Amino acid sequence: MSETPLAPQDLGRLHLEPQYATARQQAETAAFGMWVFLATEVLFFGGMLFGYTYLRATFPEGFAEAARETHVIIGTINTVVLLTSSFTMAWAVHAAERDRRRATALLLAATALLGLLFLGLKGLEYYKEWEEGVVPGLNFHKDGPNAHVAAMFYYLYFMLTGVHGLHVTIGIGLVALMAVRAWRGGFSARYYTPVEVTGLYWHFVDLVWIFLYPLIYLAGRSGP
Amino acid sequence: MRSVDAGLGRPPRSLLLTWLALLGLVALTLGLAYAPLGRFSIVVALTIAAVKAGLVVTLFMKLFRGPVLARVAAGAGLFWLGILFSLAATDYLTRNDTATGNFSLPTGREESR
Amino acid sequence: MTTATFTGQSEEPAPGSQASYLTAEGFTLRSWLLTKDHKRIAILYTISITLFFFVGGAAATLIRFNLVTPPGLFQPDTYNRLFTMHGIVMVWFFLIPSIPTTLGNFLIPLMIGAKDLAFPRLNLLSWYLFVIAGVLGLIAIGAGGVDTGWTFYTPFSTMYSNGYVVLALAAVFVSGFSSILTGLNFIVSIHRLRAPGLTWYRLPVFCWSNYATALILVLATPILAITLALVAVERLLKVGIFDPALGGDPLLFQHLFWFYSHPAVYIMILPGFGVISEIVPCFARKPLFGYKFVVWSSIAIAGIGFFVWAHHMFVAGISLYAGLVFSLLSYIIAVPSAIKVFNWTATLHKGWISFDAPMLYALGFIGLFTIGGLTGLFVANLAFDVHATDTYFVVAHFHYIMVGGMVSAYFGGLHYWWPKITGRLYPEWWARIAAILIFFGFNLTFFPQFILGYLGMQRRYASYPPEFQIWNVLSSAGASILAVGYALPLFYLGWSLWRGQKAGPNPWAATGLEWRTPSPPPPHNFDVTPTVTRPPYQYRPDPEPQDV
Repeated sequence: MSETPLAPQDLGRLHLEPQYATARQQAETAAFGMWVFLATEVLFFGGMLFGYTYLRATFPEGFAEAARETHVIIGTINTVVLLTSSFTMAWAVHAAERDRRRATALLLAATALLGLLFLGLKGLEYYKEWEEGVVPGLNFHKDGPNAHVAAMFYYLYFMLTGVHGLHVTIGIGLVALMAVRAWRGGFSARYYTPVEVTGLYWHFVDLVWIFLYPLIYLAGRSGP
Repeated sequence: MRSVDAGLGRPPRSLLLTWLALLGLVALTLGLAYAPLGRFSIVVALTIAAVKAGLVVTLFMKLFRGPVLARVAAGAGLFWLGILFSLAATDYLTRNDTATGNFSLPTGREESR
Repeated sequence: MTTATFTGQSEEPAPGSQASYLTAEGFTLRSWLLTKDHKRIAILYTISITLFFFVGGAAATLIRFNLVTPPGLFQPDTYNRLFTMHGIVMVWFFLIPSIPTTLGNFLIPLMIGAKDLAFPRLNLLSWYLFVIAGVLGLIAIGAGGVDTGWTFYTPFSTMYSNGYVVLALAAVFVSGFSSILTGLNFIVSIHRLRAPGLTWYRLPVFCWSNYATALILVLATPILAITLALVAVERLLKVGIFDPALGGDPLLFQHLFWFYSHPAVYIMILPGFGVISEIVPCFARKPLFGYKFVVWSSIAIAGIGFFVWAHHMFVAGISLYAGLVFSLLSYIIAVPSAIKVFNWTATLHKGWISFDAPMLYALGFIGLFTIGGLTGLFVANLAFDVHATDTYFVVAHFHYIMVGGMVSAYFGGLHYWWPKITGRLYPEWWARIAAILIFFGFNLTFFPQFILGYLGMQRRYASYPPEFQIWNVLSSAGASILAVGYALPLFYLGWSLWRGQKAGPNPWAATGLEWRTPSPPPPHNFDVTPTVTRPPYQYRPDPEPQDV
């Protein structure tokens, strides 16, 4: 981006706030702010992953037994859905950079729809788990020597996927908002920072799932 | 105003390839999960996850093309998580007591039934 | 004794006379509640945390009342709720936000020559989250309180406690996000919004130490948030990973909790270091001795602070090997802390010292922090800690840091920048009396507690053996002096808002960009973005301002 003088109507579009000298400084600052936020998110999920590590290391057999019963097919489809949404998101940013406003809007809409599909499948999975009686604390009907491990496993499963699902939900809202703004011509090659920053967030949600997938669905498939 | 594009156009090559590679890695990790690798199963699964994460971070999020600060922030998040895991390991790996007792009451709620 | 108080003061209006941030948007409630101005948000925060300071202080008063006689005045259950309320309110609703959200919010943009923080809306959101958290906390207290202690240890908090634990957890959870947003704003602003020529090594130490604080806020708080969320769910559903009866590990909770809460101690003290590093050179009229050491020791404390958490768990059942590792690491963090004390002392050496109120607070801070820090070494020692764990020795130790240290620094900073914030000078004589009362009241309150702890009096009990009464009476007597000392500023600072002498832009003849703009500053701080050409603290032993 070069800092050529701007026409007044463009200046309004840049939403330049008084504390910034240039649009570029503002855009880079926004991206950096999002990266710092993502660092905090790493630790937010990290706390639960620490509990996961404790559980898996302390009770390997019971853990594998419980993890084997997760819905690997839904989990895998959801992984593909989320990775695809990340692809459309990256593509949307690419289009926004090149001032292709309708493409940006359509790709953002596709991203949001894939996010909704993810949530729908996740909901289906939760429903099945409710039916199976593996929701600890509310509807849990497992017996046997490792039932307490299964309870802890499913507790962490619901916490991890629940918090992740919350992030997906927020992400869908942000991406949809960006789609509407893009459709109305709110962005240009000079100003598309919100799309870029929303993209970073969306990719992060995908990154979390990339790790949750093997930790939840693939654990214990070939024995403890 | 500049030309308003009609359709989506073609996806950029690098993004398309990344996406295909990610899908390939999903298939690979799913297949390997059923291979009898014993305790290396988790290592393999997490390595593949790390590769996938690397692809997303590099090619979708363009972490290595932007300012250094973004890398520092991302690295700090991981490093601090590493502190938590490694220093807590000094306790967990050297503690010589194991969980014992009767855990047959998985939720604690059965007592009241 | 000379005083630099009134030099450099001018009665004529500041250059480019215009409305200040206080008057520009008007005084309507709406203009305050929807403001994006970092200075106004700082004022909102100041009012909020002052309220919480007196709520927490009221609980402390009742605690000291109770301990005047060995059987105590209150039922043990009431007493448990009182000290829990005192801890939760003081830690999360006063100490953690204290300097960063008030002085930090106000001064960091001024000190770096910026018009505002990087994300003003997030800054306002952070205050609203804080208020929501505070209301939740007050509801929890009003509904009947919490009896877990501020540490929420499992399985007591998840299984047995009959207080409003989930509400209190929710309050702390929400306040955590407020902290994270403040920290994020500081980090990003200090990286990206510094004025031309303001290189990292020309940055005032106050900015450096708030930067270090922000690192901790951003990297530790999320762990606390998720841990408390796990505790809340475990309490509600009676399923989880912390309760041994369910197969979980209570030490898992403690590891996660202290991974935040030990660094949180440095959230509470690092900004204080920053304030002292500004005050001491100004009132000794000398450049800060060893600027780079002071700066890097802040960063070192923020970093090493993450490596020591399990020293809170020496007797909780962690492995002996882990105890050794954490004990050693805890000793290491004394080094950067000591470097700071040496540097402040060396700054005083052959200085042209004037004992204005901010300086009295700063000198008090140095003494109290030194005692608190040195006794920290005692409890970092594995063998001694077995003796001192959960005794009043520990209580005295951390109060010397958090109250003797941080609250003194906060008051010192408040007085030092009061003319900048309000445009008025506070009454110097009253301020000195308050500073002296606080210093002596504090020592009388908490020094006997070292002795009590060493003799074996346990904390968190409503009653105690009669032979400890003399020390407890001394401590309670000190607390009443302390209470007067803490209440005084409320009156004379309030008085000065209307009747105080008008302060010029730079009443202390201090260096630093914040003194180069009118008092109180205009809405966007500077008419022209300042350019910095020299390192900070270019003081010479004469009262003329150097860089105007």
